Amino acid sequence: MSVKLLYFAWVRERVGKAEEVVDPPAGVATVADLMTWLAGRGEEYALAFESPKFIRAAIDRTHVKASAPVAGAKEVAFFPPMTGG
Amino acid sequence: MPATIRLQSADFDVGAEAASLTRGRTDIGAVVTFTGICRGDEAGAPVAAMVLEHYPGMAEAEIAGHVAEAEARWPLIGATIIHRHGRLLPGDNIVLVVTAASHRGDAFAAAEFLMDYLKTRAPFWKQVERPDGAAWVDAKSTDDAAADRWTERRPAAE
Repeated sequence: MSVKLLYFAWVRERVGKAEEVVDPPAGVATVADLMTWLAGRGEEYALAFESPKFIRAAIDRTHVKASAPVAGAKEVAFFPPMTGG
Repeated sequence: MPATIRLQSADFDVGAEAASLTRGRTDIGAVVTFTGICRGDEAGAPVAAMVLEHYPGMAEAEIAGHVAEAEARWPLIGATIIHRHGRLLPGDNIVLVVTAASHRGDAFAAAEFLMDYLKTRAPFWKQVERPDGAAWVDAKSTDDAAADRWTERRPAAE
């Protein structure tokens, strides 16, 4: 399952890139699984995803919970709680 | 209802945006404008500048969804939302919400609803430049509480 990942704000800074395409293994079923898998990809990912509860996610530009399934997702974004307005 | 949503780095003209909603109409009895402005301090520390990052595509879609919800809740005649991104200085405009309705109660409520959701749901992130370096602004629980008020008031039928 190839999926485009986008990172924003301090998640982007910690990962060290704004976007990438990844191919997670079959066991990655939810957004939470994806964060756990990403955290194991290296030091910068471990730092970015060390506290998943502080990270929000969107699938194909819609807010989702960590329990949301990632099957069929084209674009998954990870970011801190929003501070606009 | 005509709704205008713009994300831009350029400044906006509050008076011109409000006027363009009411021009040529006689059914509008109330226009509310809210302007968010970059402060020179954040959490007690001076701020030299603020950088606003956003998620292009999702930001527009998210705001459009909340405008549609506002339209379903209140009899709005028009709405304009402009959110700036990029580097802003203290005193600069950040965000504009304009709502137009026949009566002020609807215009006030819809403007407050839209601002509360912009702060907590629209994908924007503020970073402030301080004398000792750059820092991401933390989300405030008071903003979450402000947005939650509208969920509590939401009719059960929805």
